[in-house]
Amino acid sequence: MTERMLRYGGQVVLYGLFAVFVGYFSTSPAYQHLEPDQALLRLSFRHAGQIAGECRTRSAEELAKLPPQLRAERDCPRERSPVHVRVELDGELLYDERFAPAGLRRDGAASAYRRLPIPAGEHHLRVQLNDDVKVDGFNHSGERRLTLEPGQVVLIDFIADKGGVIIR
Amino acid sequence: MAAAPGPPAESPETLDEVLLPLNPVEAGLPGSGPIARAFRRIERGADRVFGEHDNPLRQLGGLGFYLFWLIALTGIYLYVFYETSVDGAHASVERLTHEQWWAGGVMRSLHRYASDAFVAVIGLHLLRELAYGRFRGFRWYSWVSGVPTLWLAIASGVVGYWLVWDSVAQFVAIATAEWFGVLPGFGPELVRNFIEPEAVSDRLFSLLIFLHIGLPLALLLVMWAHLQRLTRPRSNASRAVAAWTLASLTAVSFVAPALSGLPADLQRVAAVVPIDWFYLAPLPAIYAMSPEFVWIMSVGVTLLLAALPLFSRQPRPAAVRVDPAHCNGCTRCFADCPYAAIAMAPHPGGRGQIAVVDEDRCAACGICSGACPSAMPFRSGERLASGIDLPWLTVGDLRDRLDAAIAAGAPSGGAPIVVFACQRGAGLGSEAPAGVIGLGMPCAGFLPPSFVDYSLRSGALGVVVAACPGDDCEFRFGERWTAERLSGAREPRLRASADARRLLMLHAAREDRAGLIAGIDEFRAKLEQLERANARETADD
Repeated sequence: MTERMLRYGGQVVLYGLFAVFVGYFSTSPAYQHLEPDQALLRLSFRHAGQIAGECRTRSAEELAKLPPQLRAERDCPRERSPVHVRVELDGELLYDERFAPAGLRRDGAASAYRRLPIPAGEHHLRVQLNDDVKVDGFNHSGERRLTLEPGQVVLIDFIADKGGVIIR
Repeated sequence: MAAAPGPPAESPETLDEVLLPLNPVEAGLPGSGPIARAFRRIERGADRVFGEHDNPLRQLGGLGFYLFWLIALTGIYLYVFYETSVDGAHASVERLTHEQWWAGGVMRSLHRYASDAFVAVIGLHLLRELAYGRFRGFRWYSWVSGVPTLWLAIASGVVGYWLVWDSVAQFVAIATAEWFGVLPGFGPELVRNFIEPEAVSDRLFSLLIFLHIGLPLALLLVMWAHLQRLTRPRSNASRAVAAWTLASLTAVSFVAPALSGLPADLQRVAAVVPIDWFYLAPLPAIYAMSPEFVWIMSVGVTLLLAALPLFSRQPRPAAVRVDPAHCNGCTRCFADCPYAAIAMAPHPGGRGQIAVVDEDRCAACGICSGACPSAMPFRSGERLASGIDLPWLTVGDLRDRLDAAIAAGAPSGGAPIVVFACQRGAGLGSEAPAGVIGLGMPCAGFLPPSFVDYSLRSGALGVVVAACPGDDCEFRFGERWTAERLSGAREPRLRASADARRLLMLHAAREDRAGLIAGIDEFRAKLEQLERANARETADD
C-alpha cells in the first residue's frame, strides 16, 4: 500500500514537472526583440533602376528588317542600374548600401529589406537614393523630422510613381 | 572483445562466438555507449515510478500520436469560433478565451500545451532512438521517414501562432518573412506583406487556416508512413499515460491559461515578446546570428539526421532465408515478424503458400525461426533444417551445440541447467557459471519452444530462458511471443507434456547480470529440492 502511494506520489511529481516544463517554455523566458528605449527603422523597397547603358534609335532600314511585333524605335541594353541608398540620422551616416538588380542579366528590380534599430526620441532623418549609374550622387531624396516613441516603426519606402522616397 | 553476433557461421570457431551468451556491451553492439546507458538508467528508474507498461519514456512515439489527436480535437473546436479576417482573428480568439473560458479558453490552452508537449515528446523520441543506435540497418526507413515530421510539426505550430494576430503573431510573421526572405525565390520583398497595415488582407487568414489544417494533415501522412515497417505499431499511449498527460496539461491550462498579446499593430514593434520556445526558437537566432546561419544550421542538421544511416559502420547481419522444402506456408513467421519483413506468396512447388522475406526489412532477430513449426529438434536426420532460418545461426546449429554441450556435461559434473540467453539482455558472459550451459541468441524469440522439452529430455536438470524485460525488447515482440509460446498461449506452443517446473523464464536487462545469476541459483536450489523429492518418492516406491 505504502509502495503504491509512493508510486502515485512519484507520478504526480513527475507529470507535474513535465507540465511546469511545458508551461514555462511556452512563453518564457521572454525574448528581448528590441531594447526598451529603441524605435525601429525599416527600409524596404522593390524598384527597377534605370537602364544602365545608352539607348539608341533604330533606323528605318533596321526596323523594316525586324518582325512587326518587335519594331520598337528605341534599342536599349537590358541591364539596369543598381539602387544605391544612403540613410542619415541627425546628420550622421546610419546606413549605406548598393542593391543589385535581380536576374542573371541584371535586368530585374532591386529589392531591399533592412531593419535598423535607433534610439527613440527626436530625430532628423534623411534618405538619399540613386537608381541611375549615369547620374553622379543621388537623384532622389526625402527627409523628415521625427519624434519616435519606443517601439515605434518608421518605414522607408521608394515608389517612383508616388514621388520617390517615402518616409512614414 | 568477442565478435558481434551476426556474421555467417561457417567455421565452428565463429559459431562458438555467435552462441556466446554475451550482453550487448561485451558484444560491442550499437546502443551501448554512455549516452545510451544514461538513457537506460533513467528509463529503468522511471519504471519504478510508472511501471514498465505505463512508463511514458517507453512509449514516446505512441504518446506523440496521442498528443496529435488531442491537438486535432481541440483545434476543431477552436476553428468553429475562429474568424478568418484581419479584424476578426484577434477579436474572435479573445472572445473564445474570455467569454467561454471554461470551454474555449481551456481548449485553447490545451491546444497550445499539447502542441508544446508534442514537440518535446518527438524531440525526446528522436534523441532516445539516436542514443540507442536505432537508425542503422533495417531501421533506416523508420529513421529517415521520421525526419520530415520535425519540420512539419514546427511549421504547423508556427502557422498556428500567426492565426492569433497579436503582438507575438506579428513578430512571428515578420521574423519568418525575414528568415525566408534570404532564400532565392522569396527575396526581401516577402516581408513587404507585413510591414504596413494595408498590406495585410483577410485572404491571408484564409491562407493561414488552409496551411494550419493542411500541414498537420501532411504531418499525419508522414507519421503514418513512419510506421509502415512495423507490425502492430504503437500508435497510441497506454490508458494511464494518456490520462496522466491529459490531466497534467489540463492542470497547466487552468494555472497558466494561454492568452493573447495586444492586437497586431504593424506601426509598432513589441520590445519584449513572450515566445513559445518549442516552436519559435529559430526566430531569435536569425537576429542573434543571421538568417543565413539559421538556414545552414537547420538544413544541415536535417540532412545530417537523414544521412545518419549511411554513416553506420556496423556490419548488417545476413537476413533470414526460407527453405521451400521445409516451409509449409503456416504463416506463423508472417504473424510474428515485428518489422513486416515477411509476406506470403504462392509456393513454387504448387502446394499452398510460402514465406517470402524482404531482406531490407529483416532485423535478423530470428523471431521467425522460433515461430517455425519445422524447427523441431526431435526430428530425425543428420541436420535439422527449418522452414526459415538465420544463415549464420540455424536451429540445426543450435541443436548440434546443445547436444554437444549436454553430452560433455556440466563443468562441475551432474546434470546441467541450460540457459538460452538473449544477447540483448544481461547474458552470462563468455564464462558461464558452474553447472550451467549458456547459449546466446540474437533474441529470446529465436528459441523454438520445443528446444525446452528437447533439453530436458536430453538430460538437462532445468531450462532457463533469459529474456529482456518486455518493453526493453530490442526487437519489440521477442519477449512477449516467447512468453506466450512457452505458456501455451501462442503457436508454436511448448508441449503440455514438458515438465513446466523445470522451466523458468527470467527477465534481466543488460545491466542486471547479477540478477540473472541470482535467479539461476535460486532456480537451481528449487530443482535440487525437486530432485531430492523425486528420489525419495522413487525410494519409497
